[in-house]
Amino acid sequence: MSRSGPVVDARGLRFRYPDGHEALRGFDLQVGAGERVALLGPNGAGKTTFALHLNGIHVPDEGVVRIGDLVVEEASFAEVRRRVGLVFQDANDQLFMPKVAEDVAFGPANLGVRGDGLRARVAEALDAVGAADLADRTPHHLSGGERRRVALATVLAMRPDLLVLDEPTSGLDPAGHRELVDVLRSLPMTQLVITHDLPFALELCERAVVVDGGRVVADRATTDVLSDADLLARHRLALPFAFDPSYARSSPTR
Amino acid sequence: MGAGHTHPLYVHGHSRVHRLAPEVKIAGAVAFVFAVAVTPRQAVWAFCVHAAMLLAVVALSGIPARFVLARLTVILPFVAFALLIPFVGTGERIDVLGVSVSREGLWATWNVVAKAGLGATVSIVLAGTTEIPRLLTGMSRLRVPAALTMIASFMVRYLEVLVGEVRRVRIAMASRAYAPRWLWQARPVAASAGALFIRSYERGERVHAAMLSRGYTGVMPPIDERHATTREWATVATVPAIAWMVAVTALVTS
Amino acid sequence: MHAPDGFLSAGTAVATGAVSAGAIGASLRQMRTSLKDKQVPLAGLAAAFIFAAQMFNFPVAAGTTGHLLGGALAAVLLGPFTGAVVVAVVVIVQALAFADGGLTALGYNVLNMAVVTAFGGYGVFSLLRRVLPANASGVVVATGLAAGLSVPLSAMAFAVEWLFGATAPVPFDTVFGAMVGVHLLIGIGEGLISALAVGAVLAARPDLVHGARDLSREQVAERPRIGMRGFVIGAGLVALVFATVVSQFAAPDPDGLERVAEDQGFLGSAQDHALATSPFADYATQGLGNETLSLAVAGVVGVVITLLVGLGIVYAVRDRRAPASRPSTPVGTG
Repeated sequence: MSRSGPVVDARGLRFRYPDGHEALRGFDLQVGAGERVALLGPNGAGKTTFALHLNGIHVPDEGVVRIGDLVVEEASFAEVRRRVGLVFQDANDQLFMPKVAEDVAFGPANLGVRGDGLRARVAEALDAVGAADLADRTPHHLSGGERRRVALATVLAMRPDLLVLDEPTSGLDPAGHRELVDVLRSLPMTQLVITHDLPFALELCERAVVVDGGRVVADRATTDVLSDADLLARHRLALPFAFDPSYARSSPTR
Repeated sequence: MGAGHTHPLYVHGHSRVHRLAPEVKIAGAVAFVFAVAVTPRQAVWAFCVHAAMLLAVVALSGIPARFVLARLTVILPFVAFALLIPFVGTGERIDVLGVSVSREGLWATWNVVAKAGLGATVSIVLAGTTEIPRLLTGMSRLRVPAALTMIASFMVRYLEVLVGEVRRVRIAMASRAYAPRWLWQARPVAASAGALFIRSYERGERVHAAMLSRGYTGVMPPIDERHATTREWATVATVPAIAWMVAVTALVTS
Repeated sequence: MHAPDGFLSAGTAVATGAVSAGAIGASLRQMRTSLKDKQVPLAGLAAAFIFAAQMFNFPVAAGTTGHLLGGALAAVLLGPFTGAVVVAVVVIVQALAFADGGLTALGYNVLNMAVVTAFGGYGVFSLLRRVLPANASGVVVATGLAAGLSVPLSAMAFAVEWLFGATAPVPFDTVFGAMVGVHLLIGIGEGLISALAVGAVLAARPDLVHGARDLSREQVAERPRIGMRGFVIGAGLVALVFATVVSQFAAPDPDGLERVAEDQGFLGSAQDHALATSPFADYATQGLGNETLSLAVAGVVGVVITLLVGLGIVYAVRDRRAPASRPSTPVGTG
């Protein structure tokens, strides 16, 4: 599903929490269709806060967010929330129904899908994340990796144009990590990934945006960002031990 | 005071009782226990009929007898109170094994033990053959307000998560040699309860955000499935029907 | 306190069931207006909190432990309507899924453990807040006393239900004396833990305490130093005094009470009063001929409970002028 304009167009966002903390201080970002963008930066930089502006959970004090041709405002929330699939940091917060299948059905059901169509959507979403066998399970009894993939399925079931993921690899064991990366690479829609996991960012996203102090401070190809030692140091980013970003250029793509 | 037994009673199985629609089981259980409750205590024969039918249901459900007996201990405190009644009760006294007890009191003890015992057994069979989410579905089909059943569903979903958090905090406290024995040493326990409330509330807000993100507008979408057949209603209704006939007979002839 | 089936008569079960259904139904409507689309996740998590809090024990004495009931705590934190609903959900699920409390006993179990504790507790809390200083100390102390009293209040409600639906020849005064006496002591733990818990919440997130939403930031900062040992000993003595007085009713031969009755001229004229067709359970008033006295006590108790619960409702409705819940925490970090 291609669009002529950007999928995400955020301009001049300013946002202050009720307790006074100013989280966004003039945030600008455009993301084109099909892109995969990593959002990097220290804790408290405003990455999650920004993500929550993309589907109207937060409304900016100043500035505008557009998703495709729609301005994000109360009148358009329903459609925006269909287009933007947000996967939260804690998968438990996203799986609130008694059974996995019901959680995956929740989104499309809210869109009016019923009966056989609903069942098909659920199956399709669970298949996409390799979790078809988990349909009847209780969310509490899933492993971390399974929970993460199911949380992704709950969002995929709404057939979004944009996938926004908040720290998707945190807490996963190596196998779970690999499974998730493989799933994400197989998905066609635009992806915006908030992460501290720099190798993961390099593997998945061709473009990296560094956020600090409530605004964008760098926006380049991921390899460039990760090779810029100065930039990394200034914004509390650090490469893992013995990791050489230039290695990625010469390694075979999977 | 409501310490309660916190292990859900569900015993996995595929008996006919397990497979019945939940609303039928709940309605049947309540009707049956009401019949028991109105049965006059002198009609011992009536209680025997009730007990016989109940035993048949227990056998049909495949729940092991020792499981039922173990769970029946929940009424022990009240049985203990009931055993005291003949000693503190008023009215005509008689001699039992050389001890003067109230005649009415003895009947009252029998009354409490019989009704509490039968009632608790019914509850155990109901809970033992019906998973909690199904119990809640049954409640909503019996016209219990959707808000109540949804709140209950979320409560059940997140209970284990919270219990896990409490356990971890307790372990952390114990690891720092905290072993309180007196009420005035309970401050850390109380403070951790306050902290748990805050975390629970904040999680509730995150869950709310996750619900909004998937299109929630305040009304839960219909997700569920098959309703009870007339045949199921008819089959299950026989048990409380007989119980009521017995009870009414006993009332009329007493 | 999760009474099993058959403890009270079926008529009482149905009557209290109707009252509870009405109370919870009304509370649901109020909750919907104040929480709107947040009601399901917030109340659900709060209910999970109360359930979890009830499970975990706190030390009482020499290693024995007690458990929280949480009705008054829920009312102070969430407001009495949401508090009542939350505890009611806990009680109902405990009966259905954990066989804790009889199915036909839900009427009075919900009434005593959810409605009376939440509304009665809130009534006491609101009264105390009007006389205590308007700061965190005031809220904490008010919570402690309200929670401490909510427990014997709940027991009193049970005793009044016993008056109407007793199934055993134990007179009202005995039940009243025994239950309320014991629960006054149990209430000490509930009061202390509730007070400290609210104190902890006030320290970190005062905006989450419904009962303190009228306080400004500076007022919230005035936090109490509770001298734990003194508090517990003091509360213990007070409760002991009350319990001793109240347990006079429990003694099967309350000379003191009979003397009072004789002196006041109750006895004698009591016997042939027009109580022949009283709606009260035959047993419950079979004190030692102190029928009138029993009824007098029951009457006073009934009035007190009704007043406090009613007060709770009145304050709750008046205080509903408070703004709807604001978006509070940053959701997530970074």
